[in-house]
Amino acid sequence: MNKIFSNSIVYLFLIFFGIIMILPFIWMISTSLMSQAEFNKNESVFIPKEEYYVWDENGKEHRIILVQQKEENSIIHVLDENLQISKDYPEYMSVPSSQVRLIKKVPSFHWDNYITAFNKVPFARYFANTIFVSFLTLIGVLITSFLAAYAFARMEFKGRDIIFYLFLSMMMVPEPIYIISSYMLLDKFNWLDTYQALIVPWCVNIFTIFLFRQHFKSLPQELFDAAAIDGCSIFGMLWRIVLPLSKSVIATASVFSLIGSWNSFMWPLVMTDRPELRVLQVGLSYFSQEASTQTTLLMAASTFSILPILIIFFFAQKQIIASYAKAGLKD
Amino acid sequence: MKTKYKYEPYLYILPALVLLLLFRFIPILLSFVISFFDFGITSIGNFIGFQNYNKLFVDPEFWQSMMNTVWLVIIAVPLSIIIPLIFAVLLNQIKWLKGFFRTIYFMPYVTSLVAVSIVWKIIYAEEGGLANAFLQWLGFQPLKWLAEPKGIFTLLFNSLGVSIPSWLGGPSLALFSIIIMTVWKSLGYNTIIYLSGLQNISKVYYEAAEIDGANKWKQFFKITVPLISPTTFYVLLMTTITSFQTFAQVYMMTDKGGPLGTTKLIVYYIYEKGFDDLQMGYASAAALILFVVILGLTLMQRRLESKVNY
Repeated sequence: MNKIFSNSIVYLFLIFFGIIMILPFIWMISTSLMSQAEFNKNESVFIPKEEYYVWDENGKEHRIILVQQKEENSIIHVLDENLQISKDYPEYMSVPSSQVRLIKKVPSFHWDNYITAFNKVPFARYFANTIFVSFLTLIGVLITSFLAAYAFARMEFKGRDIIFYLFLSMMMVPEPIYIISSYMLLDKFNWLDTYQALIVPWCVNIFTIFLFRQHFKSLPQELFDAAAIDGCSIFGMLWRIVLPLSKSVIATASVFSLIGSWNSFMWPLVMTDRPELRVLQVGLSYFSQEASTQTTLLMAASTFSILPILIIFFFAQKQIIASYAKAGLKD
Repeated sequence: MKTKYKYEPYLYILPALVLLLLFRFIPILLSFVISFFDFGITSIGNFIGFQNYNKLFVDPEFWQSMMNTVWLVIIAVPLSIIIPLIFAVLLNQIKWLKGFFRTIYFMPYVTSLVAVSIVWKIIYAEEGGLANAFLQWLGFQPLKWLAEPKGIFTLLFNSLGVSIPSWLGGPSLALFSIIIMTVWKSLGYNTIIYLSGLQNISKVYYEAAEIDGANKWKQFFKITVPLISPTTFYVLLMTTITSFQTFAQVYMMTDKGGPLGTTKLIVYYIYEKGFDDLQMGYASAAALILFVVILGLTLMQRRLESKVNY
């Protein structure tokens, strides 16, 4: 009995905080489906609703769009039978508020906000840029890390440990420390405002080298000895023996790299200026300045820009969470 | 049987090495070097010794942004340790829906800061925002959130009818709003780290405590907290370092670190000096001070860790 009681308290607590954690996302989605007028009216918090009004023109009722309601007079558009703005009445017509009446409130979802937001600025281009940059960076990271980690884990050479610790010490230096000097350096290379600037500097990831090295060290030596006796070259060994045995660690590294590139913001913000080169996060930040008053469009844009990561996350959440947990402990 | 190689290993590490030298090592050195030079819109590279540093130390804006960052760290870091530890301990006790809760808590961590900053900015909107809707639903007065430069202690005491001197005011409500959002964003990651840390604590200790009649609270404080301390040190270090680097929230949610500069954090200050005012040398000096602070804290925590080890 005591056990059931304490368990239900645990669940109540977890549910309560679960709701708090997820509330911003729920509100983001529900706001993204409201009309701007409804958001500004500030009445419905979670379920978007549409209000239907009629104008009572001396006993004859017309469906209308209520533009503005004041105490004495209201400004309306009159609608015809097809619910288009009627040609028989002037637009923005002022009528006594006593003749205007709310007939019903119906849940209604403005999916068109998504289309409007997506077409307002070239989001398709931003998505394409982000995917392009993320994947090329991923390929670069995997290649450089795989090779370097193999040498660090399974070869003996002069200066190995010193070089490895030099690598590790650079991992501790956060990006804001060197972003200004990197900007000046890329300027000297004439790389500012190019895709290279977004890709090449990030094609090396010390943490991934570290992760791969740990994995390669755990592989049995006999495997390599046998391959060497069979006359297998080092490259052949990498390709045919190490690679197939490294699928899970490659998956882990890919998750970090893709999520990292997808969400990176400060670097592309600083290194690119041309609108064609904007990645999603930078594009979104410019959009948030341009459309600062169009709350519902901003919410729609936020929703579709985190959707790809959320979809990947939901399909692979077990592996992703396990990767983060594992990587955190290895440090 | 490990073969000794001559040049092959260097070929293998070459791609990584070249990229690291070019895009990490040299920029890090360079940022040290240019902090002694006068790079600006008008002047290009005169050696000026410590002048950037001297100017920095008397710049009230620099000190304000340092102070704001310190507030962020001393509020956000403890919260990001205590709450995830509680989440993890509770999650560790249940079986049904465990994965579900873990996923929900982790979700904010994988989403982009830019997108969630937009969402939270609207949550904090004075009109139509969720935060004020919630306060009004509870019967409280709405707040100005991101637009409020007054300190949180000032607001708290004022609402009780007491006025306190402004230097006791604490971080502005605007900064506090950013702190809440930042904690929300990172809770999930620390929870996961704690969960895997908890799995490494042997059940034997709890069984022994159970026999000795220690209740759950005692078990938590006498077994869990000490035995989880290596994880706590890791979480402490990582959260401190990432807190010092907070940038996107300030850029997205505030008007250039306003109101009255109370949300300007050190990385935003560096960004502003470097890329808005184009004082690259001056900004590098600020970046280097940040580096020294982070390095110092890292070394200090490592020291502490080796002393307090169970």
